[in-house]
Amino acid sequence: MSQASGHTGDRRISLWNDPRVRSVAAQVFLALVLIAFYFAIFQNLTENLKLRNITSGWDFLNKTAGFDINTSLTGYNSNSSYYEALKAGFLNTLLVAVLGIIFATVIGFIVGVMRLSKNWVVAKVATAYIEILRNIPLLLQIFVWYGAVLKPLPGPRDALSIGGVAFLSNRGLVLARPIWGDGAWMGLVGLALALVLAVVIGRWAKRHQMATGIHFPARWVGAGLIIALPLAFFALAGWPVTFDYPELGGFNFKGGATIVPEFMALLLALSIYTATYIAEAVRAGIQAISHGQTEAALALGLRQGLVTRLVVMPQAMRVIIPPLASQYLNLTKNSSLAVAIGYPDLVYTGGTVLNQTGQAVEIVFIWMAVYLSLSLITSAFMNWFNAKMRLVER
Amino acid sequence: MKKYAWIIGAAVSLAAAGAASAGTLDDVKAKGFIQCGVSQGLIGFSNPDAQNNWTGLDVDYCRAVAAAVFGDASKVKYTSLSAKDRFPALQSGEIDILSRNTTWTMGRDTAQGLKFAGVMYYDGQGFMVKKALGVDSALKLNGAAVCTQTGTTTELNLADYFKANKMEYKLVAFEKNEEVLAAYQDGRCDAYTTDQSGIYAERLKLATPDDHLVLPELISKEPLGPLVRQGDDAWFNVAKWTYYALLNAEELGVTAANVDEMMKSENPEIKRLLGVKNADGTAQGFGTGIGLSEEWAYNIVKQVGNYGEIFERNLGQSTNMKIARGKNALWKDGGLQYGMPIR
Repeated sequence: MSQASGHTGDRRISLWNDPRVRSVAAQVFLALVLIAFYFAIFQNLTENLKLRNITSGWDFLNKTAGFDINTSLTGYNSNSSYYEALKAGFLNTLLVAVLGIIFATVIGFIVGVMRLSKNWVVAKVATAYIEILRNIPLLLQIFVWYGAVLKPLPGPRDALSIGGVAFLSNRGLVLARPIWGDGAWMGLVGLALALVLAVVIGRWAKRHQMATGIHFPARWVGAGLIIALPLAFFALAGWPVTFDYPELGGFNFKGGATIVPEFMALLLALSIYTATYIAEAVRAGIQAISHGQTEAALALGLRQGLVTRLVVMPQAMRVIIPPLASQYLNLTKNSSLAVAIGYPDLVYTGGTVLNQTGQAVEIVFIWMAVYLSLSLITSAFMNWFNAKMRLVER
Repeated sequence: MKKYAWIIGAAVSLAAAGAASAGTLDDVKAKGFIQCGVSQGLIGFSNPDAQNNWTGLDVDYCRAVAAAVFGDASKVKYTSLSAKDRFPALQSGEIDILSRNTTWTMGRDTAQGLKFAGVMYYDGQGFMVKKALGVDSALKLNGAAVCTQTGTTTELNLADYFKANKMEYKLVAFEKNEEVLAAYQDGRCDAYTTDQSGIYAERLKLATPDDHLVLPELISKEPLGPLVRQGDDAWFNVAKWTYYALLNAEELGVTAANVDEMMKSENPEIKRLLGVKNADGTAQGFGTGIGLSEEWAYNIVKQVGNYGEIFERNLGQSTNMKIARGKNALWKDGGLQYGMPIR
């Protein structure tokens, strides 16, 4: 700083040759060109829309949609607005993306570790799974899963009953839906209390072990608490819950909650396909850890499971997380293939809205904005997670 | 700041230049063919045959427009479009005319910047069910899962119909027709719904068409016709009067086979339709008035036939569809097809 102010005092440089002025000017110039470019596009667009008598603007969002969606989390119906339709689609996208990410991660980690197994059969099964499924286009897999889910299942009249509370047919999985009565909040209180207690016990156990060297099974106790306490509180409140059992009436099941086959097929395809890539990232991460680490840990007398969990994995995570993040982004974006099998995600509902209102520009803008923000949020979260898992040098 | 103002200025003028475009009729004449938007395969309306040539009622309409403009019905290129993509394709200028079993509605005719030129086929939405279900009326479909194509008026009619009759249903909608039919066959839904003409066409694709029943109810009005962009009157006129010429030719008994003979007819209406010159050698002037040649209607009938011939060839008793003229008969035969007079 002092240097910069110093040398202007020494000799005057013409503005043209001042690197700082030049750099600022270049940036301003670039920014203006960009603004002019987007302005021109926008101008061209509005001009042409007007010329062709195509309505534009956002008023359509409040109009009645008039069409139905086969599964939504929001209680959407045909009397709802276009905005509600898009929201229902967005939540469906979010649901399949989040569950897909969870399943893909679990499967991916298991298969990735399996591929490195010393057991020949286990390793080859994992290799075959990865090499076959990641080399078949996802859209094809979605169709196959849809056929595989749909074709062998019986019609609703001969649905497979699972203990009388769930029925599986080609209309989906119909489950008994719980209806919470008065005092159901007691269960939540129990859960909150159990969580707090589990954390407290965990901390105490760690201090206790540090101080005395005696191990206390805090995890088991915590898990037991989390299961038992809410149940106990619920029992105290007198089981304030009734179930809405699905019943076969006419064509389909009435009542209950339905998981549609389109959702199952899409979730299966997305998780299984993305898991192959995650498995490879996991394998790369593990192989990046020098074998000396494992040997050293074994020499200290740690068991194989502990070596993987305490020594290898924490270090491998640093290599695994960055590619994991891009797989999560891929999965989210790939979920838009839902439209092929009629799962009402954002692209599907947006497409219907587009067709009815004719407002292509607005809808495409919404699509871009939503997928972009979803991706940026996922990215930001993974960056944060990456920073947290980074090697902390002492 | 002033230094860069010219960039913005240039960009704006560029945008303005881009917005102004010549009329579609001139563009079409200049490029030498018509880009016609059709379906992804609907028997009787627009469907590729064994030699991969497009055939059908909607296709013949596009051929008629080409005959009127170029005197050659083969100067058409086809773009196969899903229900969802059809309007953006027309609005953006990717196609010149959309002839894809599309329902004429107010929203499309006004706010969406489109103009319907006529009704090639008066249709209504119907249902098909498996005979094994034992359903004989759409009013017995309470609680059914219904398969249809997304991005169509069908979805809306369905919601309206079930609401009006206080019934419930589950919608299962796909983007492509093949998937709708496959899902119906696999039992994903109890009923299949679309325009009734489409149901007859799709039923032919099923393994055993006789196991499926088309229910008698029509739950909506579906006037299907060709459409063009708004604000291009010259091209709109060509689209509209090609349709009327087809109807007038049928009404006057002018067919592809007898059109040359009809050129010698003394009937003034036929003379006006076919652009036969007056006794003093002056032209009738209807062809030039619309921006085409005097033989425009002659070429249509000679190369494509009249409306009745087109209907019979694609949908009539000689085809698998076996659809009766019904509402699509000429007005004088009790139908709705009414060609505005050429004079």
